[in-house]
Amino acid sequence: MTNALHIGCGAGFAGDRYDAAVPVVRHLSEQDDPRYLIYECLGERTLALAQLDRSRDPERGYSPFLGRYLELVLKDTLAHGVRIVSNLGAANPVAGARRVQALARELGLTPPRVAVVLGDDLRETIQDDTLRTYPRLDGAALLDRQITAANVYLGAVPVRDALATGADVVLVGRTTDSALVLGPLMHEFGWDEDQLDHMAAGTICGHLLECGAQMTGAYFADPGFKDVPDLAHVGFPVAEAAPDGSFTVSKPSGTGGVVSRATVTEQVLYEMHDPAAYLVPEAACDITQMTLTETGPDRVTVEGVRGHARPEMLKATICVENGWMAEAELSYSGPNALARAELAGRIVETRLREQGLNAPIAIDLIGGGAGLDRGNLAETLGRGLPADGDYRVRLAMIRDDKAQANVLIEELQALYCSGPAGGGGFRSSLTAQLATGSILIPRAEVEPNIRVEVVSP
Amino acid sequence: MIERPNTLRVPLHAIAHGRAGDKGDTSNISVIAYRAEAWPLIRDEVTEARVHQVFAPLGATSVKRYMLENLRALNFVIEDTLGGGVNASLAIDRHGKALSFRLLGAIELKVMRDMLPDGSPYLSQ
Repeated sequence: MTNALHIGCGAGFAGDRYDAAVPVVRHLSEQDDPRYLIYECLGERTLALAQLDRSRDPERGYSPFLGRYLELVLKDTLAHGVRIVSNLGAANPVAGARRVQALARELGLTPPRVAVVLGDDLRETIQDDTLRTYPRLDGAALLDRQITAANVYLGAVPVRDALATGADVVLVGRTTDSALVLGPLMHEFGWDEDQLDHMAAGTICGHLLECGAQMTGAYFADPGFKDVPDLAHVGFPVAEAAPDGSFTVSKPSGTGGVVSRATVTEQVLYEMHDPAAYLVPEAACDITQMTLTETGPDRVTVEGVRGHARPEMLKATICVENGWMAEAELSYSGPNALARAELAGRIVETRLREQGLNAPIAIDLIGGGAGLDRGNLAETLGRGLPADGDYRVRLAMIRDDKAQANVLIEELQALYCSGPAGGGGFRSSLTAQLATGSILIPRAEVEPNIRVEVVSP
Repeated sequence: MIERPNTLRVPLHAIAHGRAGDKGDTSNISVIAYRAEAWPLIRDEVTEARVHQVFAPLGATSVKRYMLENLRALNFVIEDTLGGGVNASLAIDRHGKALSFRLLGAIELKVMRDMLPDGSPYLSQ
């Protein structure tokens, strides 16, 4: 039986660095088999956009970044037997698989065997009106709007089954991000679903890897307090996992960044609620007895993750149309800039209300705490800011009607000639909105539809 | 030689680090002690009530605190503080990535010098 598995992460979100996987693949190539590379590139909105792509062209709907990521590594992963597991399949894993094979041909390589996981798209089998009857976790008010996508988070079992086909590349749509790691662990170590501690340990390993450099010094650096060497060349995370559920996280040699108790602690709690019950389809993961030990430079060994009974229901994300968001900004600088910027915001607010636009408006003073106060201007002004300086007023509003949303932009722009003194640097954007909510759905509605297909070259 | 007082008034940022994450309209923020010496103070002083005060102006309706002795960390789960969540919010920072710094900056504590990491810029106060 396999006694160690090496796995690395090449991307933590759809906009992540394209070349980050190159040192990871080099690292993996130097390790013993089995070796895996994951890419996590599927945010909630990303999938809805991919659904729209697919509805326009049945050969699209996989991640538009698939080629950008894989063209840099495919030759080496195939040469060294590093298997790729990724949600780059997005809304159309089968078309994604064909794209991977076409890419291999373009690179002069033998097209790989690709397996796909299907069955996360709830709208294949369930009517929208029925989806609206399930228990709602969040975004409740939104779910009565026009649905554009509804995908359930599948777990690691179908990922394991896809690997059992012998595929070089596994593409999924919506699974839990951690399933990209737990699936390979189940496949290689023969872990069974009732080994809850192992399910939880593999999930936490995946949770630590799936956000890329967030475990290796990024989203962490705070100069003077948390210094990170060479963040410009931060190494993406790799892990060496053992059959007993323990694992050691690190990063490729020669890369920037840092792996320490502190980086791992921040990332393990990232997007976690109850640390005794982090829910995935396989288990309720419990890290309250977990130990982190620095076992070498940039190496942390993780032990003691526990698993409790798995949840009965699965979580699904529903994406709905949500109108248009208008955002606009204008700058005021120098003596009394604060008062001029505030006045600009008040003028626009007054004029929008007079036109009957009563939707919530965010008014931010960039330079005064916009990131901290989230559109609550009173909170910013209560901070006792310097009167002089450099302030940029930002306004935002969402309306169903595009032209109505655009009024906010027009009104701020008008202040060039009709507002306080010295306003400059107007910028604006008007973007279509897809909002998301979550529901809980019984396993019995999902599991019969999950299937693995091999896409032959 | 100048005698420096052994206690300092500093923001939580001086003795703890943290990270914000988002799920729907819920933000979670970790607060992690840099040094073991600071952990009992953090555990005793950074309460649900105090954190709720910090986020009430942003609409927070409830705060739940989880304690991880093994990691010298607290995890706060703050409901209804993200303006509807990343895909619905009007905020410039739709995820609430900056909210860990709102918390670390807003809570002031009286601390002993040895609770700060060596070389901390706050030690020169």
